[in-house]
Amino acid sequence: MKFLYLVWTNLKRKKMRTVLTVLSILVAFLLFAYLAAIRQSFSQGIDVAGLDRLIVRHKVSIIQLLPVAHEARIEQVEGVVDAVHQTWFGGVYQKPTNFFPQMPVDPEEYIAMYPEVLLGDAEREAWLNTRSGAVAGRQIADRFGWKIGDRIPINATIWTRKGGASTWEFDLVGIYDGAERGTDTSMFLFRYDFFDESRQFGQGLVGWYTVRIADPERSAEMVAAIDAIFANSQYETKTEAEGAFLQGFADQIGNVGLIITAIVAAVFFTILIVAGNTMAYSVRERTNELAVLKALGFSDRGVLGLVLGECFLLTAIGGGLGLFLGWLLVSMGDPTGGSLPVFYIPNRDMLVGVVLIVLMTVVAGILPALQAGRLQIADALRR
Amino acid sequence: MTESAGLQGLVSVRNVDKVFKRGSEEIHVLGGLDLQIPEGEFLALMGPSGSGKSTLLNLIGGLDRPSQGAVEVGGERIDQLSDRRLAAWRARHVGLVFQFYNLMPMLNAQKNVELPLLLTHLSRSDRKKRAAIALDIVGLSHRLNHYPRTLSGGEQQRVGIARAIVTDPTLLLCDEPTGDLDRKSGDEVLELLQALNREQGKTIVMVTHDIHAAARATRTLYLNKGRLTTEPEDLVA
Repeated sequence: MKFLYLVWTNLKRKKMRTVLTVLSILVAFLLFAYLAAIRQSFSQGIDVAGLDRLIVRHKVSIIQLLPVAHEARIEQVEGVVDAVHQTWFGGVYQKPTNFFPQMPVDPEEYIAMYPEVLLGDAEREAWLNTRSGAVAGRQIADRFGWKIGDRIPINATIWTRKGGASTWEFDLVGIYDGAERGTDTSMFLFRYDFFDESRQFGQGLVGWYTVRIADPERSAEMVAAIDAIFANSQYETKTEAEGAFLQGFADQIGNVGLIITAIVAAVFFTILIVAGNTMAYSVRERTNELAVLKALGFSDRGVLGLVLGECFLLTAIGGGLGLFLGWLLVSMGDPTGGSLPVFYIPNRDMLVGVVLIVLMTVVAGILPALQAGRLQIADALRR
Repeated sequence: MTESAGLQGLVSVRNVDKVFKRGSEEIHVLGGLDLQIPEGEFLALMGPSGSGKSTLLNLIGGLDRPSQGAVEVGGERIDQLSDRRLAAWRARHVGLVFQFYNLMPMLNAQKNVELPLLLTHLSRSDRKKRAAIALDIVGLSHRLNHYPRTLSGGEQQRVGIARAIVTDPTLLLCDEPTGDLDRKSGDEVLELLQALNREQGKTIVMVTHDIHAAARATRTLYLNKGRLTTEPEDLVA
């Protein structure tokens, strides 16, 4: 600690240079934090996907529907605990840009299947008793300022009502929260029975099934068993783990994780050169002073430590501020106004950020520090 | 420090060679040099530029190593110490005063003087106290918080001396301490060194070109072409 003052005053020596270097590091870490949240959003739910949950969809594609009767047959497979269906509604609220997931579900079965969806008892009861009842996630309710009791009109883009009307009206009876930070609270859920009897076509068909199995270690076996039931039928299925299903969804718009990693790597490489150059320059212009320190009795390691300490302080200030500002910006919410429903920086990425600070210190500072440590006093004093 | 050190000489340089390599060329700066410096002596080293005065000072202070021969200070063969132990030895036994002061520009006088004390186990308040005492000895107790750029050359050199004596070293090595000062400031610095030698018994080795500065020392030696003599006439030869 007693050397901290020395390290700190050295950084203050060229204030403008230090500020600019800190700012460049700050921007890199801010970008890292922000992009981590975006990546997390694109892989939404994958991390929190249940290991004991499988998704059964039509073998051809997710947009091909399956009979609702599949549910009973799936539940007969040994090892299956429960199966629930969901269907993509694809409507918009007020204008086309207000697009968010809406799904007709069986309320009781859905809540049992997704314990991470937290709904109050009274709201749950109201949903069960109201055929046109719907529940909205906290995020979407906050976004549109909905409150319980509101009547929500949704314009269908796929499922028109009997008679051709495209507007569906739902009574908001509940607002659900997520049990985990990664739980999607941007969904709008309504009753399948109301939907099925009101839609113009497609009665008895659903989008896909979520299946809970008793033993996650037998998931491969269960996948094969479920698909075998419907093999060679009009509605052949493709079953996969929930995580893989969600990943497939995310991959539809490209490997976002890889793209973001590439951007962050390019930014960090550039900043590494900036920080390394700053440290190298700082050591070069202080050759004489470093030699004096060694003449006074500072060891090679001591001088090496001082230079590395300076580099660490520079990186820690820039990196720490960058991560903090990134966290602050991310905590202000989804910048797209709803397209990134799960928007937060995972703890894992914050930890990676801290590790990056240390790595940047070592990589940017080690060469100048070694150069400083190896200074020959008599030679350096003559310069 | 052994008891016999004072009798035999605090510093003992025996048959020392120093060769510098510049590319493939070898430059012999010191050759077979012997020197004994008793404890409490104020020795002035004179000689023309390139004669090896500073090189000899560096060898005695453990800032450099001889190519051959032995350098013993207080009974310890410093030429045989590892780099780490030599650094620790310097911190404990050597005070250095440079021609161009070599103060840290971003530290005030007090912090500059405290620098060598960072290598000790002293507490912050003890370091502060000792630095204040050293600055008081050199007559700068009113300049504790002044930065080098706000001090005159003579004052900067006195801060340099305070930094050199703050650890109460065995040896005070001064490389042209008045070389960058006007006559008046130079005299003040020399008086200070004399006082440290007389009143505190500090052993001082001072490299200088200035005959008036050398006159303040208790002994003067002349170095020419890598050899020590007691007579200035040899410089001409």
